Amino acid sequence: MSYQGKKNIPKITSERLLIKGGRIVNDDQSFYADIYMEDGVIKQIGDNLIVPGGVKTIEADGKMVIPGGIDIHTHLQMPFRGTSTVDDFSQGTKAALAGGTTMIVDHVIPEPGSSLLEAFERWREWADEKACCDYALHVDITHWNDSVRQEVLSLIKEKGVNSFQVYMAFKDLYQLSNSEIYEIFTFLGEHGGIAQVHAENGEIIAEEQARMLEMGITGPEGHVLSRPEELEAEAVFRAVTIASQTNCPLYVTRVMSKSAADIISQARKKGNVVFGEPITASLGTDGTHYWSKNWAKAASFVTSPPLSPDPTTPDYLNTLLASGDLSVVGSAHCTFSVAQKAIGKDDFTQIPEGVNGAEERMSVIWDKAVVTGKMDENMFVAVTSTNAAKILNLYPRKGRIAVGSDSDLVIWDTDAVRTITAKTHHSAAEYNVFEGMELRGAPMLVVCQGKIVLEDGNLHATAGTGRFIPCSPFPDFAYKRVKARKQMAILKAVPRGMYDGPVSEFSPMSRGGTPSASARTSPTKAPVRNLHQSGFTLSGPEEAPIRAAGRRTFMPPGGRSNITSLS
Amino acid sequence: SNHKGEMSGTGYQGKKNIPHLTNERLVIKGGRVVNDDQSQYADVYVEDGIIKQVGENLIVPGGVKVIEANGCMVIPGGIDVNTCLHKPYLGTPPVDDFYQGTKAALAGGTTMIIDHVTPQPGESLLEAFEKWQEVADKKSCCDYSLHLDIPHWHEGVKEELEQLVQEKGINSFQVYMAYKGLFQMPDSQLYEAFSFLKELGAVVLVHAENGDLIAQEQSKILGMGITGPEGHPLSRPEELEAEAVFRAITLGNRVNCPVYITKVMSKSAADTVATARKKGSVVFGEPITASLATDGSHYWSKNWAKAAAYVTSPPLSPDPTTPDHLHSLLSCGDLQVVGSGHCAYSTSQKAIGKDNFTLIPEGTNGVEERMGFVWDKAVAMGKMDENQFVAVTSTNAAKIFNLYPRKGRIAVGSDADIVIWDPDKIKTITAKAQQSALEYNIFEGMECHGGPVYVVSQGRIVFEEGNLQVQQGTGRFISRKPFPDVAYQRIKYRNKMMCKQGVSRGMYDGPVYDVPATPKYITPAPSAKTSPTTHQPPPIRNLHQSNFSLSGAQIDDNIPRRSGHRIVAPPGGRSNITSLG
Repeated sequence: MSYQGKKNIPKITSERLLIKGGRIVNDDQSFYADIYMEDGVIKQIGDNLIVPGGVKTIEADGKMVIPGGIDIHTHLQMPFRGTSTVDDFSQGTKAALAGGTTMIVDHVIPEPGSSLLEAFERWREWADEKACCDYALHVDITHWNDSVRQEVLSLIKEKGVNSFQVYMAFKDLYQLSNSEIYEIFTFLGEHGGIAQVHAENGEIIAEEQARMLEMGITGPEGHVLSRPEELEAEAVFRAVTIASQTNCPLYVTRVMSKSAADIISQARKKGNVVFGEPITASLGTDGTHYWSKNWAKAASFVTSPPLSPDPTTPDYLNTLLASGDLSVVGSAHCTFSVAQKAIGKDDFTQIPEGVNGAEERMSVIWDKAVVTGKMDENMFVAVTSTNAAKILNLYPRKGRIAVGSDSDLVIWDTDAVRTITAKTHHSAAEYNVFEGMELRGAPMLVVCQGKIVLEDGNLHATAGTGRFIPCSPFPDFAYKRVKARKQMAILKAVPRGMYDGPVSEFSPMSRGGTPSASARTSPTKAPVRNLHQSGFTLSGPEEAPIRAAGRRTFMPPGGRSNITSLS
Repeated sequence: SNHKGEMSGTGYQGKKNIPHLTNERLVIKGGRVVNDDQSQYADVYVEDGIIKQVGENLIVPGGVKVIEANGCMVIPGGIDVNTCLHKPYLGTPPVDDFYQGTKAALAGGTTMIIDHVTPQPGESLLEAFEKWQEVADKKSCCDYSLHLDIPHWHEGVKEELEQLVQEKGINSFQVYMAYKGLFQMPDSQLYEAFSFLKELGAVVLVHAENGDLIAQEQSKILGMGITGPEGHPLSRPEELEAEAVFRAITLGNRVNCPVYITKVMSKSAADTVATARKKGSVVFGEPITASLATDGSHYWSKNWAKAAAYVTSPPLSPDPTTPDHLHSLLSCGDLQVVGSGHCAYSTSQKAIGKDNFTLIPEGTNGVEERMGFVWDKAVAMGKMDENQFVAVTSTNAAKIFNLYPRKGRIAVGSDADIVIWDPDKIKTITAKAQQSALEYNIFEGMECHGGPVYVVSQGRIVFEEGNLQVQQGTGRFISRKPFPDVAYQRIKYRNKMMCKQGVSRGMYDGPVYDVPATPKYITPAPSAKTSPTTHQPPPIRNLHQSNFSLSGAQIDDNIPRRSGHRIVAPPGGRSNITSLG
């Protein structure tokens, strides 16, 4: 009915589109309905819609109509040693659209020591000029001090960035210490940001790299040998601990191994607010290829954390994705040419890191999880778009087919079969890590901003049409629980009379030193001495009951069980 | 060991001809000898501090002192692997020294202790060791050995460690993941320390808590105005313990080095150890008397002195179900050894931290109560049998620290450190009746079932019907050899399996992107500084072997996985490398 009113205002320039006879699949339900779109927004959903004449109509023939994919992790046009990745924002978003993804979130990586804001603006410029689909940005925090703190705050408040990545690896470059990460998480937790983490133990990696090179192992196999999956799991465990201490939602980028994924699922079972992101490569292939005799092929798989040489890994990660223990799928699309990879031909530590996956992302999940019966179509939508939209606080504008949502959608052909090869892919890379794989499920038609960009296998994308989509802080998906816990976690001192017994003479300057001297940080005021309240006696009185009674106890799941189980 | 098998039932006859007037001879009759593997009714004959015969109807010389065990259990004397009887705090020594402390140990059925030598950063490890040895030799009433704590990792420490292992009989060293700015080592130093100690065949003890996060939490808690003992557990939540345990185990797996977690205080830390063992890691976990018998709710006591008495690190968990959980894991073998962590500071010493919990000296009592509480809370509850009781109170410790079977077993040739244990004995713990010099006992008022009736140390009766007859200075330093089997047998096999090989390839001869001399952007993984590749002979360029082609055709395109690759799969650790098919 509401349409009737609108009819009176003719918009000649607006794109109008009707999808008929499709089965709409959201993360919560599937139903048959038509969809009418205008001005890049979904205007009506239902049967027998009243639409203006002359509207372009697409017959979906009972096929699935799903929200366009959101690739929450890309590195397009990423600068590297004076060059940049071969897929720029145009090439990369074209690849994304060809695979059914209608929005990407790229990582801004400021050089350590440089301004986050300036880097952010530079990325905006690049993307605005070239992106063919909507995009948002994560900003990586590569060093930490007060001015970075200010920049993070203005990125959150003014620039539409709500997620920031820290690195636990890349020693002496991006790696931050536990204390810095603690401070960053505390800060993000207060201001509603999502803490993303690259989780690998950089200290041990540096030791292992030196050991491998010493043993004469210089090829790409050295990459995975020096970064065993344990180091990934260890860092995930530590990141979860820090996030839990600081009550900050945690997002683990690039979950590459079974043990790292297990840590995330255990933490979620304990109630931690943590999200895990496997990527196309970890869901679709494995690390056995590092041993390929073809150096260039082996090097094309180099990414960090590395692909696991355990060939059962993809299956396992797909299972956890289906069960909800892992939340979203990114591609971490970051493509270098063979010549660029060859910078590290004599030393694997110099090989630029990154694999392709933006185009293959949705098909890999369909083929490995849905076709195999692990995952239903609704969960497929959840992990390819809806959950990402919720984490980015873009839901329901993105990640859902509903009236008022952006008209980014895909008609998904469950019967299509494609063979992946570098010869036909949309990326500029010479190698494709999924080379030769046959994948079932592919987009038949892609609508982006209300325009058909993929039809009959033909891509009609225009560079520069992609808009920056600002993400606001405090996404409910992560912060509802965090806010509730914040109120529960208020700590109180025990009101005691002042201790007035004897105190040992001690030598503050003794070689002993105090084992836990953080006296420098103590800003405490001395409690008022009240002899009447003094509870001290040398005879060792036992007050009954032994446990503090009448203490209000809080038991948020996970986090603070240690504090809260006083009875 | 050299005395084992020297004597048998008949061998004794030969020895009879050499009279030893000064010998202490002792026969324990009618007891049930309980070792970690079996229980049997047998008499035990002891001479010269060594068990000479075990069996029925022993032929023993006349005039030998006889103890009637009346069917009671006869068990190996306890070994307390974790005491601090000489660890100073800001220049003040603990109130239980080697005399007072070993007296308490013996009264509880423990006949050997392993004490921690705690040098200060910068101090020589050897000198500290000798200082400890001198004090202990003078004062100790039972046999003892020493762990060395490494306060600071540097090149110079390596030589001392070598000397300690090879000449001084020390095979266990503790490193700290907490105490930031003092003892704490970063991961890279831990990696180096583990690598070095593993070559020496030592056992690495780890104090597992994340010191970086503790420092943050401490300043946060103090900033909130919380200065009392409750700030101690609030700033050291058990997650930080579990995190460090996980990291220590990861390091141990990488280096292929046995790891021993001292003071397992929380459920999550214990679970982390248990999970790692299931994956094949060589890791041992040591709960202590306090974590097995009480909990951290007392930190909230209104009596400051009482609350402070519980301050130890990692802290006791405020979760009251912790002791029960730790006992379950101890019973099923997921945790192996019970120490006491006995480190006794008086109330006035604790009061150094009366205005700031971070200054409270850390340590609780437990050397006397250790065995009793394991009996009371695990055996008497039906969680654990008597053989496992022996395993966790002495045998496992003896095996891990390479004292077995001299200690930790009742067998011919073993040291005569024996306890006659009465499961029905009931004792109420109180500071008034304890051997320790402390004013507070953290187990005050608790009733404990099971305790020693007789304690024999070095073949002498030192505890009888509640009376202690000890002599200071009688304790001997027991030196220990490296490479204990229980830890190192598996390590040795894994060493052989872990040889890695590079892939032999033709040299890459395709185009290479020309990196600018002064790169505007640096590589994300530059460990070039540690790269010793320049010393490697460059691979010979062989154009015939080159398999590079830009067309994307690949020599192994048809072979999805390499075949004929030897697959090595030791349990745990390396599944990621070894599952190539």
